[in-house]
Amino acid sequence: MSKIFVKGNEAIARGALDAGCSCYFGYPITPQNDIPEFMSTALPKAGGQFVQAESEIAAANMLLGAGACGIRAMTSSSSPGISLKQEAISYMAGSDLPGVIVNISRGGPGLGDIGPSQGDYFQAVKGGGHGDYRQLVLAPGTVQEAYDLTMLAFDLAFAYRNPVMILGDAIIGQMMEPVRLHRRKAQDSAESESWRLEGFGKRMPRVIKSLRLAEGTLGKHNEHLQQKYTAARRECRHEEFMTEDAELIVVAFGSIGRIAKSTIRRLRQQGHRVGLLRPITLFPFPSRALQDLAENGKRFMTIEHNMGQMVEDARLALCGLAPCGFYGHLPGNLPTPDDFEGPILKEFNSGT
Amino acid sequence: MQEVLAYKSPEILADTPTHFCPGCHHGIVHKLLAACLEEKELAEKSICVAAIGCGAFIYNYVLVDSLEAPHGRAPAVATGVKRSSPDSFVFVYQGDGDLASIGLAEIMHAANRGERITVVYVNNTVYGMTGGQMAPTTMVGQKTTTTPGGRQPELDGFPLQMAEIMSRLRGVHFAARVAVNNIKNLKKAKKALLRAFEVQKLGMGFGFVEFLASCPTNWRMTPVEANERVAGEMIPYFPLGVLKDAVAEEG
Repeated sequence: MSKIFVKGNEAIARGALDAGCSCYFGYPITPQNDIPEFMSTALPKAGGQFVQAESEIAAANMLLGAGACGIRAMTSSSSPGISLKQEAISYMAGSDLPGVIVNISRGGPGLGDIGPSQGDYFQAVKGGGHGDYRQLVLAPGTVQEAYDLTMLAFDLAFAYRNPVMILGDAIIGQMMEPVRLHRRKAQDSAESESWRLEGFGKRMPRVIKSLRLAEGTLGKHNEHLQQKYTAARRECRHEEFMTEDAELIVVAFGSIGRIAKSTIRRLRQQGHRVGLLRPITLFPFPSRALQDLAENGKRFMTIEHNMGQMVEDARLALCGLAPCGFYGHLPGNLPTPDDFEGPILKEFNSGT
Repeated sequence: MQEVLAYKSPEILADTPTHFCPGCHHGIVHKLLAACLEEKELAEKSICVAAIGCGAFIYNYVLVDSLEAPHGRAPAVATGVKRSSPDSFVFVYQGDGDLASIGLAEIMHAANRGERITVVYVNNTVYGMTGGQMAPTTMVGQKTTTTPGGRQPELDGFPLQMAEIMSRLRGVHFAARVAVNNIKNLKKAKKALLRAFEVQKLGMGFGFVEFLASCPTNWRMTPVEANERVAGEMIPYFPLGVLKDAVAEEG
């Protein structure tokens, strides 16, 4: 296994290639441009297709088309562009189609800024587009994880025939770190054999659609989707750091989880019993992990780079088992471990 | 006396009543499409990208592998299909509201990229499925549910002539406008469609065929009156003919 030193954006692009992704559809937007730029050379070289679409809308619909042919494909964008993709993501969810969507998110609402933010948490985990659906959401905290989780995203997208989102931010996307590469694998065409479109040949024609007008069929389909999301709970992933003897657990994801880890390390040196739980899957949310810790008497707080989004899921998971505080860092600037020290101590001391 | 088979319906055309209104031309276009796919032996490897509107249900009638696209996005979806499955024969079936209004960006850019797909565009100057609102192709003066006094160019602009627009893009290798209002036009329509298929088969580029079609229900006309309107009002503004044929040009 070779080791390279790259930005998170490039790690995501490489992860896609190594997972057998053969089509990429994108549109320029900061801070994710390294992904389409890398793909424009690397993908054709690997025998795949790169298309710079006319819009994020078109790119997401190209993803839908490739997904319907059972091909591993990806699109990437940043917050305002991800909003534009929601229509196609809803159709993909409604049509049971796989696809990987990367959001290297930025500050909002509106045009916001191009700095890091976690303001798209709700959009990512609650559906984002119209209708009662979910996508699986993976939140890398390191560049290595950006690479690994992108590979995983393709496996999950095809296992569940569902859109999967990588939710990063400008920190993850633009930061350089060493990455250990895996062996590149080609897509196993058997994974889509039973449903993909390729011309009916000698079988009966197939139709992939989300329109279900006949009495009862839409309800039944929604039931099927919910069963899929329930089954996906087995994919829950999270990291725990110094939680065992901790009194207060900080819950933070992505780049903020990693910055909070530094703060916790420092507070430990000062003798404070604090720990970290970093959700890696945001949907499904690692509720069980929080509940287990709560049953052992821990208290919680979330730290987020927004004004309070994941805290709702944390409180829902805890359901009164334990209190859960919140500290939100405003978008527009990069938080440091110092920024979190005061808020964590305040929460820590409030319970003693 | 020996029985002679005078007509055989295409095998991929479903033998079922359609949801189309009496006098609607969609059914004729469907049949033509099915016949051309069989004639060119393309049905088995076809992927149809259906759009939103009355034509969305094409997958119930033309029985090939089919995919539903969001409103207006069919050319982008078809791009993803064709790029990921280059051996498939990919065609798109869109109405005028879908293609020329909400989907204008997608059709322009798929055409401009010269995607190896065939677009069947059915223009009946009105939004059919939603109940007869103004379309980008609604004729000047035409009454619709959102232009009760008739389309006024100073407020609503002019009807878009998509076949002409398409023919001016370099990525487009075949562009034609046809009608199915009489046998003569039907024969020309078939010829154009076969030609458009040929462009994709040869891997040359983008093929576009605009069908002028009737919508008796939303035009508030009888089927016969609607058929007459195609000839009397539509064809003068949307002239029929092959606007571009790179197969012929390149010999």
